[in-house]
Amino acid sequence: MSELTLTLIKLGFLAVLWLFVLSAVSVIRSDIFGTKAPAAPRPAKNKQKAPAKSKAKSRKAPRGVPTKLQVVSGPNAGQSVPLGDKPILLGRGTDAAIRLDDDYVSTRHARFATNGEQWFVEDLGSTNGTYLGSQRITSPVPIGLGIAVRLGKTIVELQK
Amino acid sequence: MTTPAWVPRKRRGAEFFLTVLAVFIGIAAYAAVGLGAEGTIPADTYKLGGALIVVAIATHLIVRRVAPYADPVLLPLVIALNGLGLAMIYRIDLGCEEGGCGTYSPHANAQLMWTGLGIVAFTGILVLIRDHRRLQAFTYTFGFAAIALLVLPLMPVIGRNFYGARIWIAIGPFNFQPGEAAKICLAIFFAGYLVVKRDALALAGRRIIGIDLPRGRDLGPILAGWLISVGILVFQRDLGSSLLFFGLFVVMLYVATERPGWLVVGSLLFAAGTWFGYLAFGHVQERFDTWQDPFNQPKGYQLVTGLFGMAHGGVLGQGLGQGSPQLTPFSYSDFIAASMGEELGLTGLMAIIVIYGLIVERGLRISLTCRDAFGKLLAAGLAFSFALQVFVVVGGVTRLIPLTGLTTPFMAQGGSSVVMNWAIIGLLLRISDQTRRPAPEISTFDSDEETQVVKLS
Repeated sequence: MSELTLTLIKLGFLAVLWLFVLSAVSVIRSDIFGTKAPAAPRPAKNKQKAPAKSKAKSRKAPRGVPTKLQVVSGPNAGQSVPLGDKPILLGRGTDAAIRLDDDYVSTRHARFATNGEQWFVEDLGSTNGTYLGSQRITSPVPIGLGIAVRLGKTIVELQK
Repeated sequence: MTTPAWVPRKRRGAEFFLTVLAVFIGIAAYAAVGLGAEGTIPADTYKLGGALIVVAIATHLIVRRVAPYADPVLLPLVIALNGLGLAMIYRIDLGCEEGGCGTYSPHANAQLMWTGLGIVAFTGILVLIRDHRRLQAFTYTFGFAAIALLVLPLMPVIGRNFYGARIWIAIGPFNFQPGEAAKICLAIFFAGYLVVKRDALALAGRRIIGIDLPRGRDLGPILAGWLISVGILVFQRDLGSSLLFFGLFVVMLYVATERPGWLVVGSLLFAAGTWFGYLAFGHVQERFDTWQDPFNQPKGYQLVTGLFGMAHGGVLGQGLGQGSPQLTPFSYSDFIAASMGEELGLTGLMAIIVIYGLIVERGLRISLTCRDAFGKLLAAGLAFSFALQVFVVVGGVTRLIPLTGLTTPFMAQGGSSVVMNWAIIGLLLRISDQTRRPAPEISTFDSDEETQVVKLS
C-alpha cells in the first residue's frame, strides 16, 4: 500500500462519516420546519407590498383554517394534536388523542369532529360536562379558531 | 375551504437510506483497518460485513413491522456507532497481536456476539411492549428490580471483583454488569412515580429559605430508592454509575415538577457529596490528583498515553490501522474515544460526538412530542442519562473532568453496556412510534337498549 492511497482512504472515510452525519441532520430538518402538506403562503419579499399584505392577513386572521387542537390550560397545557379529517377524542382513556391527566375529565369526555368545512365539539355524556364559556353543551356545537372549550379543569382551543 | 389533511409520515425510506450509509461506514472502517495495519483487506471482512448487513436488515424490517411510525434517524445512528466500535476493537486486537499489551485475548468476536444479543433485546422490547404506558403499571416492580440488580454483585457466589470495583456478576462463562440494566429500571421507576406525584411534589409542602420543599410522604419513596441505589454504588466503589444515577434523579425531578430549584439543590448536594468522597475515600482522591497533574502521578500513565494518542492523531488522524492506540491500557473499552481520536483525528471524533448529540436530540424531541406524561418523562430521562454518560466518559478521557469508569455507549467493548443500550433505543423507538402515529380511531360502541350506558350526572 502506498502512502498516497492510505491518505486518500483516510480522507475518503472522514468524508463519508460527515456525509452520514449531514444526511441524518437533513432528515431531521423536516421535523423542525414542519411537514404539513399544503405549503403556507410565502412571506412577501418585496418591502412595498409587505404592509398591504399584513393588513389583509390581520383582517383574515379569525377566519383562518385551524390546523391543531391545543391544550391551553390544565395539567396537559402545551400539548396539541394535529387536525385531520378524522374525529378527535379527548378524555382520560387510552383511545384519546390527548390523554388528559385531569381528575375532572371523564374517560371518553368530548369529541371534536369536522364535516370538511366546520369543526364541531360534542360532549360524550361526561360526568362534569363540556363548557363553552359558562354554557354547558348538550349537542354538537360549531366552534371556530381561538374559542375556549373547557373540559374539567382543562381548556382547549382550535389554533392555526 | 376544506381542512388541510395532516399526513403522519413514516419516513422508513429515509431510514433505509441512512442505514445503508451506516452499514457502509462500518464495513469501510473494518476494511480500512486491515489495509492500514496489514496492507490487505482482512479475510473475515465478509464475516463482519455480513453480520452488520444482517443486523441492519433485521432491525430495519422489525421496525417497519412493529413500529412503523418510529423515529427514522435513531436506528442508523446507532448502527453506525456500533460498526465503528467493532472496527476499532478489531484494530486494537490486531495491534495487540504484535505484542505490547501484555496478556491479551481478542475482543472483536465477543463484541460481535454481544451486539447480536443487543439486537435480540431490542427486538424483544419492540415486540413485547406494544404500548409503553403499560410499563407505568409496574412502577414499583421496576424500582425493586433496580435495587435487586444493584445488590447482585455483592452476593457471595456470583459476584466478581475486577479492577477494584465489585460490579460484575458471573453466570457460567459470561460476565455481566447488572448496573446497566438497573439504570433502565430506575428510569422507569422514577418516571412512573413522578407522573403520579408531581403535583403533590410541586405544590404541597412548605417553603424554607426560598426553596419549596415537598412533604416527606411524597418524596419519601423516591428518595429511599435513590439513596439505596447510590449507597450500594458507593459501597461497590463505582463512581461513574453513582454520578449517572444522581444526575438522572435530579433532572427527572426537575422535568416533572418544572422547578429549577431542584437543579440548584442537586448541584449543592453533588458538591457536598464530592467533597465528602474526596476526604473519605482514597480512590476518589487518587482520581482527582491524577486529573490535576497526570504527568507526575503513579496512576496517570493511562490518561497520559491517551492524551499523547489524541495529540498524535491531530486534526485528520493517523488513518485507521496506522496509529498505535493499543499502547493505552483499556484502549478498547474506557479509552475507545482516545483511540478514535488517534486514528480518525479531531474531524472523526467530532463526527462521533455529533452522532451522540443527534441521538440525545432525538430522545428529547420524542419527549417533547409525546402526548402522555409518563412517556415524556421516560424519554427525557433516558436521553439525559445517555448525554451524561457520553459527557462523563469523553470528558474524563480528554481531561476535562476527573476520570470515572463509565462505558462509551455502543462503541466500548463490554457486553452488558451494548445489550442495555440497544434496549434503551428499543424503548425510545417504541415511545416515538406511539407519538408520531396518527391519532387513534374512535371506537364506537353500539348502544342497544339492553346495555344502556349509564349516565352519572
